[in-house]
Amino acid sequence: MQEHVDSIKTYTVIFVSLLILTGATTLVATIDLGPLNIVMALLIAVVKMLLVALYFMHLRHSTVLTKVVVGGGMLWLGILLVFSLADFVSRGWLPVPGK
Amino acid sequence: MDSHIELPELQEQFETPEQQREVSTLGMWIFLVTEIMFFGGLFMAYTIYRRAFAGAFGLASNTMDVWLGAANTAVLICSSFTMVLAVRAAKIGSRKALIVFLILTILFGSVFLGIKAFEWNTKFVEHHVPGPTFHLEGASAGDQGPAQIFFSLYFTMTGLHALHMIIGEGLMLFLLWEAYAGRYSPSYYTPVDIGGLYWHFVDIIWIFLFPLLYLIARHQH
Amino acid sequence: MITEALQERETYLNASYGIKSWLLTKDHKRIALLYLHTITFFFFLGGIFATLIRLELLTPKGTLVSADTYSKLFTLHGVIMVFFFLIPSIPATLGNFFLPMMIGAKDLAFPRINLLSWYLLVIGGCFALYAMLAGGVDTGWTFYVPYSSNYSNTYVIATGLGIFIAGFSSILTGLNFIVTVHRMRAPGMTWFRLPLFVWSNYATALIQVLGTPVIAITLVLLICERTLHIGIFDPSRGGDPVLFQHLFWFYSHPAVYIMVLPGLGVISELVSVFAKKPVFGYKVVAFSSVAIAVLGFLVWGHHMFVSGQSVYAGLVFSFLSYFVAIPSAIKVFNWTATLHGGSISYATPMLYAFGFIGLFTVGGLTGLFVACLGVDVHVHDTYFVIAHFHYIMVGGTIMAYLGGLHYWWPKMSGRMYPEGWAKLSALVIYLGFNLTFFPQFILGYLGMPRRYWNYPEEFQVLHVMSTAGASVLAVGYLMPLIYFMWSLRYGPIAGPNPWGATGLEWRTSSPPPAHNFDETPVVTTEAYDYAALAAMEEAKVG
Repeated sequence: MQEHVDSIKTYTVIFVSLLILTGATTLVATIDLGPLNIVMALLIAVVKMLLVALYFMHLRHSTVLTKVVVGGGMLWLGILLVFSLADFVSRGWLPVPGK
Repeated sequence: MDSHIELPELQEQFETPEQQREVSTLGMWIFLVTEIMFFGGLFMAYTIYRRAFAGAFGLASNTMDVWLGAANTAVLICSSFTMVLAVRAAKIGSRKALIVFLILTILFGSVFLGIKAFEWNTKFVEHHVPGPTFHLEGASAGDQGPAQIFFSLYFTMTGLHALHMIIGEGLMLFLLWEAYAGRYSPSYYTPVDIGGLYWHFVDIIWIFLFPLLYLIARHQH
Repeated sequence: MITEALQERETYLNASYGIKSWLLTKDHKRIALLYLHTITFFFFLGGIFATLIRLELLTPKGTLVSADTYSKLFTLHGVIMVFFFLIPSIPATLGNFFLPMMIGAKDLAFPRINLLSWYLLVIGGCFALYAMLAGGVDTGWTFYVPYSSNYSNTYVIATGLGIFIAGFSSILTGLNFIVTVHRMRAPGMTWFRLPLFVWSNYATALIQVLGTPVIAITLVLLICERTLHIGIFDPSRGGDPVLFQHLFWFYSHPAVYIMVLPGLGVISELVSVFAKKPVFGYKVVAFSSVAIAVLGFLVWGHHMFVSGQSVYAGLVFSFLSYFVAIPSAIKVFNWTATLHGGSISYATPMLYAFGFIGLFTVGGLTGLFVACLGVDVHVHDTYFVIAHFHYIMVGGTIMAYLGGLHYWWPKMSGRMYPEGWAKLSALVIYLGFNLTFFPQFILGYLGMPRRYWNYPEEFQVLHVMSTAGASVLAVGYLMPLIYFMWSLRYGPIAGPNPWGATGLEWRTSSPPPAHNFDETPVVTTEAYDYAALAAMEEAKVG
């Protein structure tokens, strides 16, 4: 339960940071970093997500249970992505006809 | 009966307003986890197909208007800013500030949806809607099919997001109505709090949609 | 005298009257009964389709229906049984009724959302009924693309919408249960004093919340594909049908744990009460429930061994599938240890528990057979798989459900069912079940494909046995329907604790008052503490 009231200043700092990061991701996309482009894009997106979640959604001040719930959600999305990718990525690794 | 406190907003099954608040917040967070998995299926399909068709996806993504997309991202971030200020206003009992910030949030949300509608219309005009009329200039014949898959993901992902925005606008209007009627105070502002959680979540989805849909292979320009 | 006393006492059944008081109720106990009616309807509807299937399969050639109609029969049987009966069954009826009482709460965390959950199941069911009456759906309950998206001429969209809406019923129930167990336990009711039925429903709720949204989005994509031809599963444009299967099974495998986990929870309760012993290894059993929920999400590719999935992914999924059997096996061992040295009663609920333990073990062991990549290549899409999952779902879940229904019937209705008839129907069900489904293991091993409406002559004997069993099973299921209804008017009045059980639900009257407890209980004893219960009873009498 939030006893503290975050200051308008705190929120403004986060807000401006989010705008800057949006500009950053747009500009970085115009530079050829090869396979790192997608990494940078996702990294910046994750940072923005964390700023919104921790500060705007008050996750910083939330109970341990809430944090576990959010972490669990991210983990489960990860399971969906990783296990599915494991199939598509490993197709053709085995020199079996038709596979 | 027992220690049940008599308060107008306290529902029967709860012992204290504190419990009711905690329960409502936990419930909303769990709902947001279900939303993570709901959108997650689309992100998974996107991941698989982008990996398989990197070239076609790059060509298709380049037809998006990057500056409009970035501007829209900024608009949504502004709406999140005004939303969290609205929650803060409710928490400290500033009814007027709450109303102003809710109105601003709704306005920013509407701007976002307006720009989205414009973008969709552009796609229709340019024949970038998957189906028999689809044609992507500059792409080979072999890339036309995968490019359609990009756009099917574009329309379903942004469409689902827009649907959540519209629901969010409805929620905000409800909160505005209740705020105007003086229903919220420092001891009871839970609907504003959890409405804010929902709104921020929808913003986070867009934070991922923007780079994934608009920023593929931009360095070629 | 007794009747008058009953009439004077206020219970959740007579606290208010009229249809509005039921259709707009917020009482979890009334909502549980609303669900009970709904799922009973769908159970018998699904059973009608099963009957038609078994009648057709009496003869090797097509006799009763065309091949296309046969496809609709098994599709509707699967869709109705999975989504409109099994998934809601135990959590929405017994869970809804007893979870709040077991933790000492007045209701669930979100009573209105609980009511909404029921309405969503009903509305989803209406869509499915519309699809059925308008002409049916023939894709199989698995809706594989591109048949379901591009070629089938049946009511795929209506059925998909129905399942989508019912899915939200399931999600909201899960959400409600999770929040309730975390935040609404009575003073002294710590996590490790909770009845194992609560642990099971909690673990099930985790699956409902994490898995169901994925099938929801899968159905959305299928509907978009079918209506707007967006191309996402269209091979001619680069779409991958195996992608659909990944998305589908990511939910549908954990879904089978949604269907069986609550049953496992019921059996823990029954085995303890009817052996008058605490469950052996309480904590291990509790953790096993959560382990099943978690591990169940890591194995879905075992449905896709022959789909074109990569061999390496197949290896990983096969390996992990062996692990998910372990917590289930642990439960079976612990129940056995609970029975050892116990004071065993052969009341009807216990008969169902015994039936469950045996049949679930067979189902679980044959699950290991199909988890083996090499074996599955041969038995995939044969009757071996059908037998495997019916041993779990029918031999397992439905037996647990009936056991639980008999066990808690006196609490819910204030009446006892007729014990003689109940024991007889348990026996009829057990025999009918085995006669129906054991031959199917053999059929599958010998090569009989699933979803086929005709077959080679040499399989007929086994099919006839199976159909004979099905008719016995049908009788067995009709019997409780009749005597439960009979008991409502003519059954002996039940006291608060006819079984001598330890849960909080047995400390209040039968039927309970609308607000569950006259005073919020304060819990001071461990779960299944029969000694403490005896001491408490003595103190009352003395």
